[in-house]
Parts: sequence; C-alpha cells; structure tokens
Amino acid sequence: MTSPDPTRIDGGADLPGDVAVSDADPRPVVDIVATKGWSGVNFSDLWAFRELLYILVWRDLKVRYRQTLLGVVWVMGQPLMTMLIFTLVFNRIARIDSGELPYPIFVLSGLLPWGFFATGVQGAANSLVGNANLITKVYFPRVLIPASSVVAGLIDFLVAGLILVGMLAWNRITPSPMLFFLPVVVLLAVVLTLGTGLWLAALNVKYRDVRIMIPFILQIGMFATPVVYPASLLPESLRTVVLFNPMTGIVEGFRWCLFGGELPMLALLSTLIFTVVLFIGGLLFFRRMERTFVDVI
Amino acid sequence: MPAIEVQNLSKSYRLASAQRSQYVTVRDSLGDLFKRGKNREPQEETTLWALRDVSFEVKQGEAFGIIGRNGAGKSTLLKILSRITEPTSGSARIRGRIASLLEVGTGFHPELTGRENVFLNGTILGMKRAEINRHFSEIVAFAEVEKFIDTPVKRYSSGMYMRLAFGVAAHMSPDIMIVDEVLAVGDYEFQRRCLGKMNEVAHNGRTVLFVSHNMTAIEELCPQSILLKGGKIICAGSTPHVIANYMSAPEGLSAWTIGAQTEREGTGNALITRVELLAAEADDPLLGLNFRQSFRVRIHFHAKKRLPDPRFGFAFLSDRGERVFQTETTEVRFQIPAVEPGDGWFDCLVTAPNLLPGVFFLEAWIVERVNVAFADHIFRLGRVEISVDPAQAEQMTYLVYPGRGRVFMDCRWSNPLYVKGATLAG
Repeated sequence: MTSPDPTRIDGGADLPGDVAVSDADPRPVVDIVATKGWSGVNFSDLWAFRELLYILVWRDLKVRYRQTLLGVVWVMGQPLMTMLIFTLVFNRIARIDSGELPYPIFVLSGLLPWGFFATGVQGAANSLVGNANLITKVYFPRVLIPASSVVAGLIDFLVAGLILVGMLAWNRITPSPMLFFLPVVVLLAVVLTLGTGLWLAALNVKYRDVRIMIPFILQIGMFATPVVYPASLLPESLRTVVLFNPMTGIVEGFRWCLFGGELPMLALLSTLIFTVVLFIGGLLFFRRMERTFVDVI
Repeated sequence: MPAIEVQNLSKSYRLASAQRSQYVTVRDSLGDLFKRGKNREPQEETTLWALRDVSFEVKQGEAFGIIGRNGAGKSTLLKILSRITEPTSGSARIRGRIASLLEVGTGFHPELTGRENVFLNGTILGMKRAEINRHFSEIVAFAEVEKFIDTPVKRYSSGMYMRLAFGVAAHMSPDIMIVDEVLAVGDYEFQRRCLGKMNEVAHNGRTVLFVSHNMTAIEELCPQSILLKGGKIICAGSTPHVIANYMSAPEGLSAWTIGAQTEREGTGNALITRVELLAAEADDPLLGLNFRQSFRVRIHFHAKKRLPDPRFGFAFLSDRGERVFQTETTEVRFQIPAVEPGDGWFDCLVTAPNLLPGVFFLEAWIVERVNVAFADHIFRLGRVEISVDPAQAEQMTYLVYPGRGRVFMDCRWSNPLYVKGATLAG
C-alpha cells in the first residue's frame, strides 16, 4: 500500500484556513481562563488543527510500515491466522454451524470489524499516555490523539479487508446488493470505537490500571459478540442480552451488507443508540478531563 | 494593545498524601467512595501553588525575559500561556499567533527522515503544510543538513538534530514566540545561532517570551524581565536590575531531610537521616554554591546496630544523571573502625571544586563493609546549584553557557606569534 505523503509539494491553494485573516486586526485573540465543569467541544479549534490529525495518522502508519518489513504481512496475517485457528477450533472441533456460508468466510467477516474495534479501542486508550511527550509540550485539541489512532486502525482494517475480498472472489461468492450500506456500518463502527476509546483514554490517564483491564474485557467481549457463532444459534433468552452489546449490531450489520439475509434491525438500532450516547458522552467527558491531563500524565 | 496581558494568574496542584503513589488506581478511588460518609480518615492533601497572582504585560514586539530558579513557576507560567494546561484562577489574553517552543524537536520520530520530521514537527507546532513548503529550503539551509535530509534522524549527530529541530521552530513566523530553556542543550555554536535567530525575530516586531538559566543570553535578548520565586513575581523591570536581584538572593535548600518517599535501597542497618551543605570554615548552611567555592557536605545517619568498618560516600550527578564525581571515606584514607548504634555524622570538605556553573544533584550512601552491601543508598537527594557570582560574571560569561561540559580546567593558551589582545581574522 502507499501511505499518504504530506511531504509532497502541492502548492497550498487547497488550504483556506491559511488565508482567513483580515487586514483590520490580523491578530487572533486567545483568552486563557480557568474553565469549570462541563464544556462544549470547540469545533473551530478542531478544524484549525485538521492537518495535525492527518499527519499523526500518517506518522503512525509510516512508522509501523517502515520499521517492520512485515508491517503489511502482519496486518493481513493476524486475522488470517486467527481465522484458520478459529475455523479449526469452533467449526471442526466445536461444530459451530454457519449455514450456507463457509465457516472461514463467516468467521473472518466477524473478526475484521471486531479486530478494528478491539485494536482501535486499545490504541485510543493507550494513545494519550503514549504521546505524553507531545501533550506536555504543545497545545492542540487532545482529542486528535485518540482519533488518529482510530483512523490509523481504520486503514489497517481496510488493508486487512483485502483478504476477505480475495476469499469471496476465490469462493465465487457475490456480495449482496446491500453492499452499498457497508460505508454506513463502517462509519458507525468508527464512531463507536472512537466514542469508547475517548472514555478509556481519558480514564487511563488518571487510572493507570485501566490499560490492564482492557485486554481482558475485550477478550470476553469477543465471545459476547456473534463473531465465532451466528446470533441465530443463541437461545431466545440470550438474544435479548447480546442486544446490549453495541458490537453485535456492527458485526451483524457488516455481515448483512456482505451476504444479505434478514436485516438485524434491533441490533443496529441498539448500536446506534449506544454509539450516539457513548460518542457524545465520550467527547464531553474527554473535554472535561482534558484540562488536567498535563498535570497528571 | 499589549501582545500578552496576564492578570492574577494562579495555578495550584493538589498533592496527595505521601502514602499514595503517583498514579491513582481505580481501587483507590473506589475505596475513597466507600469511605465517604463514614468517618473517613482525614485526607492529607496539601495544595501547592505553582503560580500565585502573577500579573504582567508584554508589549507587541518586545522581548521579555522570565528568570527564576527551578520550581519558581517559570515552566508553569509558560505552559499556561501556551495553553498546555489551564490556570486555577486568573486570566491571560494573548493577541497574535503563538508558537511555543518548550522543547526542541517535539514529536521528532527517530525512524522518520529529516524531511518527514520537518513536516511532522512543523504541523505539531501549528504550521500549515503550505507554510512548511514555503520555508522548507530555508529550514534545511539553517540546519545545514542538505545532504542528509532523506536520512532517518536517528542517524543524525545530536548537533544536526538540534539544528534541524530549532530550524523548524525558528521559521514558523508567529506573532509571539515562547521559548523555554531550549538553548540549554546543544553546543556554543548552536546557541549563538539560535540567539541570533531569536534576536532577528524580536527585531521584526514579533514578541518573544524567553526563559533561560543563561543570564548572558537573557540580558542580550530581553530589555525587560520578571523574576519569579515561589510562584510570585518578586522583581520586575529592566533586565540588568532583575538579574542583579536574582544573583544576590541565592535560594535553595541547604539541608535535605530524608522523607518516606525518598527513593532508596539498602539493608537499612544504618540510615541517612539528613544531609547538609555547609560553608567550608563555619557551620553556616549554604543555599547554593558559587563557582569554585569550597564547601562541606555533612551526612547525618542513624545506625540500628554496630557497623564495623563502614564506608560513607556521596556523589554529584549532572542534571542528566551522569556521575560527575564521587568521594568515599576509604578513598581518602579516612578509616572508620566502626559506628555504634545511634545517631552520628561525618563531614567531607571539598576545596575549590572544579565544577562549571550549573545544576547538580546529590547522591549519598553508606556501605556495610561486612557484607559489602549498601546499608542505605539515596539516589537523588537534592539539588545543588553552582552559579557565577556577579563579581566573577564579568570575566567569565562563557562559563555559564551550558553544553560546555561539567568540569573546569585552568587552561592557558599561548603562541609567541600572537600577542595578547590580537584578533584573528576570518
């Protein structure tokens, strides 16, 4: 893959922010005061720093793919190996049935969105502590740090998605026409991951044991999500329970976009509600905690 | 209108009780929650005012110095003005685009090339891509790394690295530039170039806020300064006046009492209880040292049992943690047959130390001879600052440039072809 290269010279006509100063008083005024309690998100600030998001993502990818020749192999190999092992364990040994769909494809189509969520959440949660050197030395909207690790994870997800494309082609499976909704589900997954990541990132600065709990919770979470089994195999009583897991809707929705079938209406609705609540709550909570990051990090 | 207006700015930190480690765990907080309501043990929280009621104004186009010892609140002030942290109370108004350089090369990644790091660092500092493109060749020329611009910076010499990093910051053309102690790293040549660049910035009608331990640099660059002490402004006005005030009032600790949190190791059969820095001749505590001033270090201890043939020692560490020198009782043929249980002390006189001005840290220990183990070993006991007194400052301004090394050697250059006062062309 070619990673975006910001060092390419391309004039700069596409940068409206650069010329937005008027002649009257060209100096922007910044007031620094103590803020109390909850405060809103400063969108103009975010917009002014949009290039930083881009360059942080670019840095993450560049460093990852440069340091290890195996970068791409790793991003694709990890889900591939997991798929093989899970197929062996859950399909061949535990005899979980995925219906008409070959089990490897079934499990991979669950592993990809789950993997994106898991690495995204984990990356975002550790991102602030990992970038402490930046946070203590420069001002920028801190939310860009977890956001950049989620976006970098999205790119890995898209690269890993090529395996699925290849496997579908190999097995001559034509995706359903619902494929057009895939970007919506992916967007939902991104927002959900970022929302969850924001909460954990902010908590992780204050409570360093959060990072120890995350892998454990994610491990349980994978089995609480219909990744290795279809939700239809669940007993009736548990089907309502998995609706309280927002990743159920993402995984089910992802499969629905690819393979059609019955629209997982309830699961998607639950995901939507969780996503909106987690994301908005996460943004506000993050804003609130942001002020003291430097003092405790 | 002033470029920077600061009004009653204060910042406090809450220090948790000593038992609690640096990081809070979820368990601690849950525990507190549980205790709340019931008779919770009084929380030993102390408030530390890093900055208290600080007010000043910096006019547009002015270079303004901030002077003070470590812990005086300089860094906190700069962090608030750079919006890295928020004040507890008070306000500041800043007119203009601000660039803060609290560190050279923030965000530099060793695996990325010089070119990539210029873009990374520039963006982090708030530059637009187009702006970096525009200044790219100037930055590279300033740093003199044309040939290596596509080499990962991990292969750069530290000089190249510093020049490139400073080059980015110096070319960002902000209205206000905040610079903290960045010149403390790097060699003399580098510092001269940076000062030159900052002078240029200041003379272009831009505002510079400058913090340094290097009084010569402050005096050269900033006509006006403030002196901070304990989070308050104790002196403001013309820089020579403020510097004189700073030099005449050395401040620091003359004795370090060892608390519960002190990082230490050892068997504990004898413990260092207190270490004092005293004048050479009398038992007067010293707050800091002047260049080549003799002093005594007194190590107080408490022995829990009889220790035959112990060794006492201490060392000076540089601010980077390198051991600059050490001394032990046995090395100087001072044999202690034994220390008896109870309290006691030993003195060590150091005559005219050959240490250049700067900040040093004390390390001290007691070794048990019987099992050749540390009875007590304290890694970072306290800070000793060696400064240049105003009388010496005149002839020895070069001494205060950091990056010159740590040790003073009495050197005399000569060549019969050149007479005293002759200058070399070129």
